Order: sequence, then structure tokens, then C-alpha cells
Amino acid sequence: MGLYKSKYTAKPLPPVDLPELRVVGKPLRRVDALAKAVGKTVYAGDFSMPGMLYAKVFRSTVPSARIKRLDVSKARALPGVACVLTAEDLPDGKLVTDIPGQTGQKVRKGSLTSVLARDRVRFVGEPIALVAAETLEIAEKALEMIEIEYEELPGVFDPLEAMKPGAPIVYEPDNIVARWKIRKGDVHAGMAEADLIIENTYRVPFVEHAYLEPEAGVAWVDERGVINIRVSTQVVEHFRSIAKAVGVPQNKIRTIGTMVGGGFGGKEDITVEIFLALLAKHTQRPVKLVYTREESMMSQSKRHPFIITHRTGVKRNGRIVAAEIDLVADSGAYPYLSPYVLLYAVVMATGPYRIPNVRVDGVAVATNNPFTSAFRGFGGPQAAFAYEQQMDAIAEALGMDPMEVRRINYLRTGDTNATGQVIESAAWLEETATRALEALGEKEPDRGSVKIGRGVASYFQSYGRITWLHDTSRAWVGVELDGTVVVRSGVPDLGAGQVNSLAQITAEVLGVPLDQVTVYSTDSALTPLAGTSTATRQLYMSGNAVYQAASAVRKVLLDRASKHFEEDPKDLDMAEGRIFVKHNPEQSISLAEMAQICAAEGLPLSNLALFRAPFTDPLDPENLQGRVFPDFTFGAQAVEVAVDTETGEITLLKSVACHDIGRAINRAAVEGQIEGGSSQGLGYALLEEYVMEEGIPKTVTLSEYLIPTSMDFPPTKAIVLESGSGKGPFGAKGIGEPSLTPAAAAVANAVADAIGVRIHELPITPEKVLEALKRIK
Amino acid sequence: MGMHSITVTVNGEKEYLEVPSHMTLLQMLREKLAITGPKNGCSAGECGACTVLLDGEPVNSCMVLAVEVDGHEVVTVEGLAKEGQLTPLQQAFIEHNAVQCGFCTPGMLISAEALLKRNPHPTEEEIKEALVGNLCRCTGYIRIIRAVQTAAEKGGA
Repeated sequence: MGLYKSKYTAKPLPPVDLPELRVVGKPLRRVDALAKAVGKTVYAGDFSMPGMLYAKVFRSTVPSARIKRLDVSKARALPGVACVLTAEDLPDGKLVTDIPGQTGQKVRKGSLTSVLARDRVRFVGEPIALVAAETLEIAEKALEMIEIEYEELPGVFDPLEAMKPGAPIVYEPDNIVARWKIRKGDVHAGMAEADLIIENTYRVPFVEHAYLEPEAGVAWVDERGVINIRVSTQVVEHFRSIAKAVGVPQNKIRTIGTMVGGGFGGKEDITVEIFLALLAKHTQRPVKLVYTREESMMSQSKRHPFIITHRTGVKRNGRIVAAEIDLVADSGAYPYLSPYVLLYAVVMATGPYRIPNVRVDGVAVATNNPFTSAFRGFGGPQAAFAYEQQMDAIAEALGMDPMEVRRINYLRTGDTNATGQVIESAAWLEETATRALEALGEKEPDRGSVKIGRGVASYFQSYGRITWLHDTSRAWVGVELDGTVVVRSGVPDLGAGQVNSLAQITAEVLGVPLDQVTVYSTDSALTPLAGTSTATRQLYMSGNAVYQAASAVRKVLLDRASKHFEEDPKDLDMAEGRIFVKHNPEQSISLAEMAQICAAEGLPLSNLALFRAPFTDPLDPENLQGRVFPDFTFGAQAVEVAVDTETGEITLLKSVACHDIGRAINRAAVEGQIEGGSSQGLGYALLEEYVMEEGIPKTVTLSEYLIPTSMDFPPTKAIVLESGSGKGPFGAKGIGEPSLTPAAAAVANAVADAIGVRIHELPITPEKVLEALKRIK
Repeated sequence: MGMHSITVTVNGEKEYLEVPSHMTLLQMLREKLAITGPKNGCSAGECGACTVLLDGEPVNSCMVLAVEVDGHEVVTVEGLAKEGQLTPLQQAFIEHNAVQCGFCTPGMLISAEALLKRNPHPTEEEIKEALVGNLCRCTGYIRIIRAVQTAAEKGGA
């Protein structure tokens, strides 16, 4: 249909004053890279302990049933079996599936579930019993000896069916897990004012995280009686929920996080921790539990499928005057983070556009499908797939250039979004979208039945947690007497460079080379709690916490140095391990010497800082008017595709992603996030679907569930813009989740641009292309 | 379960081991020798995280039985650097930020090593083909491919 122009040119960026820094912003070698390149990094599944037992989990094979009989006596009697646990052994074995109680929030109603199923199973893969044995083979044998009889019950596998009267109830009181509404302006009046109303329904499927590292951990009880759990997790603060589930005080559980072999939200919820803690407590021996790939895929969370309907009222001039959006999310068999994922999708449902009159209704619905929870983007990519295709559908209906329609409606700094939150930072929407399109270059011509199309998608995505969760992070920074630096932070490192960023920020503030900083991280007992590595929050939260702590230490050093040099502290600076007088850098003292002076005088050479995000009160779920997030990242992706109209085959030709990340702490790491996020987003667009049939998962191996390989896509070019306007250290925003958000919508728009018909459902497969082409013939 | 005595050279060290018939090479490395560089991502030869060199050829060590390597030579990621000297590939992976979570890295490096031994100046397409069995969920492969290109320019593996 050729909606897009064949060439776009970006306007110059607004002027930005970014001070030159010494360590921050440099593409330095990451502090964690060497160990990974020589095989020295020890992941959760790599640990072994003397006398260690091996655990396995017995899981349901049916999606909806009453457990009529469960008999573990034969398994218990098997020589070499140390322990078999069922729900009978855990009178209070409840698992909090709500967000971890890091900030003392009350547990949301309905968010408790059983650690082990007692009399009812609700999805395939639900845990029922635990085994610990001398060897993995014996544990596997014991699983086979567990006897179970089910009375199968009617299940419900479609969220729309689940909302109908008379549908099987997954859990009481009904299948409604959460509802959120936005009411802004007067949507009826807005629609009445519209020249045109465009309505479309978009659908997205279950998606699997498919991190390379399956869930793993080792637990043991130490001489203090503390249950230690060494685990691959995004959240060490789960120790509190684990303590509750296991029935011990919170100071008797310690979680030690390892380098996470990919998380993407899938290791945000508790995985192996409670099972390990229970088995270690019962056997008083070290226990190891590593999920198989199939088990990981079958039993762990998925990205939420959504059905999203947009009804948009527009004026002939391209101005959007009203939007009505309905979202239905499949929450699966247990709530987990569905209420929050839905909230994100609802808040972002309008896209980054100024719309005066808005009605959004979102509902998350229980089914007997796998539970759905956090996955990079947290509702944002689902929302973007719908709102950005809707923007192109509007452009098509009006006969306008899609960039022009966007430009007219883009949010700008100082505007309010659908919840009435003021956009405080730079909103470089046009800047990012036009740069992404511009970098595509000249459009290729069609080649017979192969049609070329291009598409863009803009987005906004929060970084930092929902502000009524009252998020905090702590960090400790200290200078040693030889001038080296130690950082302690509970931050889990998922491989995105979380730890490295903290090291670079500290090195910048204290003026030391990066290799002079050692970071201890991810220990709930020994490192200050930093909160979760989720919600694109760690650079913002823990980056600021480390910045505060390092700055406090810097102040002590400079105050003392000002006496030494008889200069004002403002006239001193720190770099390369020395403190020097700015106007006369020859006049200097090593950090080591100054640290020794401070130590001898009893001055504090360390600081424990606490960073608080903005705190707000919860909003009225009936209208959601007010602040929901600390701030947003803005950006865009543009792609060019070739679609063979005879075979339906889609080939991605070019991909460019442009994001304003505020300030790059490590530019190579930022680009790595953008490239990797894009790859996951392109997989979402073209390859990935976790297929369920009547509650039975059909894609539980990596040969059935296809993620992008080295052969699938051309490289995504990353364009990094720095507005310096973010709320993170040095003006940084977050990029972890945002990097994935626009890809699928951009591809969908490009396919529509190529073939002249829109595909409203992911993944966009050759079959769907051919079906769509049939519709217009 | 039958046990077998095998002799195998792993990262240059000769090992004498008793292994059960069903034990895989991956299990042997990780459990018998505490060589945990090769990772278990799927136990089915689908992810490549367990890739090692067997007599110089890349194999999924989860798909090879330990008894099969009797008398053969195995190299894992731990055996690439010699006397603390990183290989050009390892250096390039670090310099190009080709490493994110790092879980695929041991297998990725081994497959790339085998490629450059076989074909010191591969095209981009040949690099992609050589790495197609090594899944990575973090990087989008871009920096990995660039790192292999850089290592090739600097004189092979």
C-alpha cells in the first residue's frame, strides 16, 4: 500500500549540555566479561557441595483436576531417597505470588497460592511433590514411583470464555484476577467530535522467555541454622516470602544470587527457592535442584496473551480526539504479577500520544493455561503492538503519512499522558522515529511477487517501579587504605551489566580507574538490599544509590583534602586515583594517602546510602488519574521487510532502533541491550508462539519453540541519543525493557506497508500473510 | 549399570575415569572433573551451550556418551587460553561486549574456535552458519559475529 515515504530526513536534535565524564559513557570492558570468556563465572547450576542431595519436582500432567489420591509411600521407601514432601507436610505452605515485600507493601488479596498442590491442580506442570535423593537417577526413579489419580474437571482455556457466565471457575470467587480503568476527559463528546472512527482488534500469544540457563539452585543449612539458598534469581528479596512459606523467621533465610544466565522477567517470580529451602530444612543436608529445559518451559511463567481493541476518533487533520481501548489478558492458572502487567498495559495502551478523551478498560482473566507474569516490557510490547498498528491504520484511513499522524499527536515534555501524569523528561519521539527511518536509507524496489515495505513504531515505556510501591535501593561504598574501592549492593546481575554500571558510576565519582573497583553483589544477608533487577529500575535506583554513597565518601575525602591543600573543596577534583587542585593539577595527593590520613583521624571512609523513588498513594482503579511511574523512556524502531506474496515468506531486510536513553553509562552495554531487545522483539514478531491446546503445552523444547538464531535476522542498528534528562545518575534513563517494546509493531506495520493488508495477530507467519492476502482478493 | 574405564585428554590433561554407560560427556566434564564451563541448557543438542571440541571438532557434549571419548581429546572453554594468554577470540568477545549473561559464551567460543581453525577467513554468512547451533537470547548475535570477524582479522583463533 506504500503508506510510507521512500525517504525520511531527521531534524537536528535540540541542544543538550552534557558534561564530559571520565569513566561514565565510555565503552569500557565490562568488569564481568573476562571470567565469562574463560569459563570461570560460576552459575547456580555449577555449584556442588559435599553430601549434597539431588531434588526433583513431581508435577501435574493435566490442566484441571481434583487430586483423588496421591501416594508417595513407594517413592519414600526407595533406597537412596532422603525425603519426599507433599502438601500434607506443609500445613502453612503458601507462596506469595505478589511482588516481593521489599518495601513492606501489604500482600494483595488473592495473591497467595499453595507451594504444592493439595487437592486441586489448575495447569499442566503445577508442582505436587518434592523428592530429594542421593543421586539424580534415584530422584528421577522416585518420581516414577509416585502414584496419583486425578478426577479431571472441566477447564477453561480462553480468557473470553472464562468471563462468560457458567464458565468453570479456576479459583474463587470468579475468574477476574484484576481490573483497571482509565477515565480521562469525555470520551463520548470526543467521539462525537471525530470525523472518523477507526476500530481494530489485535491479538498476541503466549511467549516463552527461553533464557539459556534453566532455573537452578543449591540450598544448605549453616551452623547458625540459617537456610542459605544460592540461586539464579532477579530478586534476592524473595527471602521474606520464602521464610513465610517455609515457616521460619525472615532472618533465617539467606538468598545468594549468582550471575543470572538470562532472566527477562522469568526469574522475577520465585522458582526453585522454596522447594530447596523445604528440602534442606527437612533433610538438614545440602540440596541441589536444576530444572530440565522441558520443565522450565512447561512450569514457569509466560508473557501474557492479550486481546486489545482500539476504537480511535480522529479529525481529518490527523488529530486524535478520543480513544476507547479494551484489553483482555490471559492470566493463566495463578495471579502472580498479572494485576501489575495489566496495569502497565492499561497505562501505556494509548501509546505516547496526546489524547484528550480516553476510556481504557483492562481485565486479567484466570484460565487453566500456564501462569503468566513478568516478561521484558511487562505489558508494554503487547500494548505497543496494538497502538502502533492503530496509528498506521489511522494514517491509512486518512490518506496521510504515518509519521505525520504521529508527529501531530506525539506527547511532548509538559504534556500529560492518559493517566494525567506530566511528562517531565525529554520526550524525543519524533527525534527517535525519524532517525530510525532515516537510517533505513532509500527504500528497495519491489521484485515481482516480492513486495517491499517499511514500518516504524514509537513507544514510551516506564523505567522504575510503580510509584505507589514506594521503591528504595541501598548501596554501600568504601575506600580501602590503598586507594581501591569496594561497592556492596544487593543488585542481581542478569548479564545486562548491572554490576558493571555500578562500578563505572563509582569509578567516576571517586576518580579511580574501573579496575580499582570491586563490587560485591546479590546477597540478601551481606549486601545492602537494592531491590529487584526488574522494571528497568536498577540503573535508576541502584545507580542513584551508589552515586549517593560514593558522593558522600567523596565529600569526606575532599573536605579533608581541602585542609591539606588549603583550597576550597569546590576547587578540588578526583581522577586516576589522585585528588588534585583543579587550577594546579600538579598539586595532588594519592587517594591511598588521603584515605590513610582520614582513617588515622577516624573519618568515615564508607557510606551506606538509601535512594527513594518518588512515593505516591495508590490511584483509584476506577479512573487511574495521577502519577503511576517515576518517568519514561522514549524511542522507536524502523524496519524494512520483503514479503513474498506467493509463499507468504517474510524476510527482514533492515532494522534500526533509536532510543533516547538519557545518558549512556556504558555505551557498548546500551547498544548490546538495544540489539538484544530488538532480537527478542523480532522473534516475537515473526517466530515465537508458545502453543497451548486445551491446556496442554505443545512447544516445550527449543526445537519446537523457536527463538532467533544467528541466521534469522540482519543486525539491528542501534542509534543511541542522550537527552541527559533522565532521573537516573548523570541523567540516565533505562533501556533494558524498552529495547524490546517497538520491534513487533514496526514489523507488523512494514508487512502491511508491503502487502496492503494488515495482520492483527502475532506471530506474523507466512500462513497469516497468505490468509490476509486472500481476504483482499 | 555398567561401568567403563576410559582414558581421555581434557584440556591437555590425561584423565583416567570410571564412567557409567549412560553418562554423557557433558555430565562427565561437569560432575566427574568439575569442569563447569560447558553449560547444560537443554540436554537435547538444541542450544549449543555445552559445545566442546572433540578431536578438534565442535560437538554438543550432551549428545556424546562419555565412553565414546575413550582415547580421544576434549577441549572446553577452560582449555582455550594457554598460560593465561587469551585467544584472539576471547579477547575479541570481551572487547566487543559480545558477552552478556555469558551462559552461551563457552559454547559460542568453542564453535567459533572450530570455525577459525577450519576456515581462518570466513565470510559473515559462514560465521552465522557456524554459530547457528549456538543459541543466544541476550545479544542478538551482532557483537558475537563482529567479535569473530575481528579475531579472524587478527590471525585466526
